[in-house]
Formats: sequence, C-alpha cells, structure tokens
Amino acid sequence: MTPPRRHGTPDLVFTDDGPLLVRGPVVVELPDGSRVRSDRPVSALCLCRRTRRPPFCDTSHRRKVREGER
Amino acid sequence: MNRPELPAARGLLSEAVLAFLRGELLGLAVAEEAEAADPWGEDLQLALYCCYELHYRGFADVPDDLEWNPDLLGARAGMERAFLAALRAEVPDGDAAKSDAAKSDAAELADVIDALLVEPVDAHGVSHHLRRDGEVWQVREYVAHRSLYHLKEADPQAWVIARLDGPAKAALVTVEHDEYGGGDPARMHAHLFAEMMRSLDLDATYGAYLDAAPAPVLAEVNLMSLCGLHRSLRGALVGQFATVELTSSPGSDRIVRAMRRLGLPEQAVEFYAEHVEADAVHEQLVRRGVIAPMVAAEPELARDIVFGIRASTLLADRTDAMLLRSWGSGRSALRRPLADSPA
Ligand code: FES
Ligand SMILES: [Fe+2]
Ligand SMILES: [Fe+2]
Repeated sequence: MTPPRRHGTPDLVFTDDGPLLVRGPVVVELPDGSRVRSDRPVSALCLCRRTRRPPFCDTSHRRKVREGER
Repeated sequence: MNRPELPAARGLLSEAVLAFLRGELLGLAVAEEAEAADPWGEDLQLALYCCYELHYRGFADVPDDLEWNPDLLGARAGMERAFLAALRAEVPDGDAAKSDAAKSDAAELADVIDALLVEPVDAHGVSHHLRRDGEVWQVREYVAHRSLYHLKEADPQAWVIARLDGPAKAALVTVEHDEYGGGDPARMHAHLFAEMMRSLDLDATYGAYLDAAPAPVLAEVNLMSLCGLHRSLRGALVGQFATVELTSSPGSDRIVRAMRRLGLPEQAVEFYAEHVEADAVHEQLVRRGVIAPMVAAEPELARDIVFGIRASTLLADRTDAMLLRSWGSGRSALRRPLADSPA
C-alpha cells in the first residue's frame, strides 16, 4: 500500500465549527475595497458572516443556548 | 525591573511567611498552620501567593535566592496540598464526575469543551452585569482585581512549554507569542492591560493592588502558578489555559460594550477589543493545536485537562459571585476600596 502523500503544515485550515485559519501575517481586502492587516502568527477569518469585526472571527458563530439546556 | 512591596499579613500563616521573607525568622515551620487554615481563606491564599511571587518577580528587599529556600518550599508544599485537596473536593475527579461512568476520558473532555463553546443568552456573570448596567467604579474595580493576573499575563503558562513536545508545544508557543505581542513590546497583552489601567486612572505598577485583592482573585492566580510549576499538573495547566482562551472572546466583547456605553477612553477599550479577536484565534489553536495532539500522545492527560477546566471554572465562578455579591449590596469588592468606590 502506498503511504498517504505528506504535505507540510497547512497554511489554511477550514474549521468544522467556524472560521478559516490562516497562517502568517495577512492583508485582507474587503468587498468595499478597504484593506485590513493582521500581524498575528495565525488569523481566524469569519466564514459565518455573523462577526461584528469583519473579516475576523469574533466567535459570533457559537451556538446560543438558554441556561439550563447546556 | 520593578519589584513589588511585600503585602500586609492576613493571619498567622501569612504573617509567618512574610516575617521569614523580611529576614526576621531563622526558619519557617508552618505545617500545622497550613493544615488548620481555611484553604479558600485570605490567610492561606495570600501566603501561597507570596511564595509563588518569588518565582515571578520577587519582592523589593527580599533576597532572590529565597525562591529555592527549602523552608519556604516546604511551607508552599503544605499550602498546595490544602488548596489542591479543597479543589478536588469541589471538583470530583474521574468516573465519579462523569454523567455516565462508562464514558471514556476523551469523550468526557470533548463534552466539557463543548459546554464552554456555547453562548448562554441569559447568563448573569460579571461581564453580563457590566455590559447591561455596570457603573464606572465597577469597571475600575474589575480591572484592579484582574490586574493580579493580567500584569503577568501568559507568564504562568510559559512554564508548561518545556513540558510539552511536538505539535502541542509549537501550537502553545504560537499562542504565547501572540500574548507577548508577536515581538512588539507595545502589543504585549500585559502592556495593553497596564495602558488600560493608566487610562482608567488606576495604578499600573506591578503588584499595586495585591493588598486590595481578596482571596478568590488570589486563588485564580494561585491555580495557574500551582499548575505551571508542577510538571505533574501540566494537563491541568493546559485545561486552565483552555478555559481562559475558550471563554474570553465573548466575555471581552461584553466588557468592550460596557466601556463604550460608559464613554470610557479608547485606550481603555483596546485591551478587551484585542482579546475579542485574539482569543477567537487562540481558542482554535488551543483546541486543535494543543489539546488534540496532547491527548493523542498521552491519553491519560485527558482527566487532568478536565480537572484544570473544572477547577478554573469553579474559581472564576467564585470570583464572579464575590464581585456581584459586593456590588449588589452597593459595597466595594476590594479590601481597600478605590477613591470612587462606595466604602
Ligand atoms: S466564523 Fe466565527 S464569527 Fe463567523
Ligand atoms: Fe491575552
Ligand atoms: Fe489569549
């Protein structure tokens, strides 16, 4: 059996619950043409479109519950 | 580096430890006092905090070498035993704590983490209170309390680096690097916190609010120091770190909103605004990058991570309850109220 092809550490990671993780400093262009820079070692870009800090994830994708049904 | 002044004693145990640190005693034997003291109380938590501070910055006029003094280490060990026993009593370990005894430790850990990732809409913690109807003096008191940790932010977790390996180590260092400003000292989270304190007219000197801080706040920092300094508690340290990183983003957003509603200056808002964004990333890195490979390599650590999560949640809830109780009755929550606090 051939071993699975190995790649290096990914630069982009799609999470199952929320954002897209991007490695390295990034400059992101928004739909209105404005640009935002993140110097973090990893940034989380919002894919759910609920964030109040676009283009970055602010955990607004989290499931909301009433206390008691946790 | 600025070293804090020794605090005032809060009982027999802390009085003995402080006298020893001041060089007034030849030896220190407090095993009985440590056993007799209330493990949640002001006296033990302050004495333990002072023992730990020797591993961070030490104190003004206290010899650096006392960090490894056998009498102090012995006293510390006695207090740690009492504190850990009290935590274990409140946070049941292993099968007893599970909803279903047949559940694997890894499944239990996954459930405990999932519970931290939902947002209760009708919760009433301190950040909810501040957002809805907090007052300026309460925001200032909150920040003064939190300064005990945030002026050494990320330091207790740095101790665990040498105790990790491979991907978990790389991911934890990535988070820590961001906590330390990614190489820019002006972006270090501890520095942003100090800037916030100054803009709120608080004393940003390291240790300035030690005398003012009540036991529940000291206990939260003591848990981090305890787990950071003991390799046997490295799983618990990661659990503690995860609890902060997983819950901080929404909580920080509520404080940002509280500060904006109260018209506080933008330099004050910056610390929590930064944490909304940073901890949305750190959450992902800690879960995927640190915990997953750690548990894959050493499955027996799952239990300890769960303990760390439950213990830090318990201590955070105790602080929340203490703050809300004091504020609810119109009182300052600090042992030494600020100028604008009610007495
Ligand atoms: S993906 Fe997290 S807020 Fe949208
Ligand atoms: Fe931080
Ligand atoms: Fe963080």
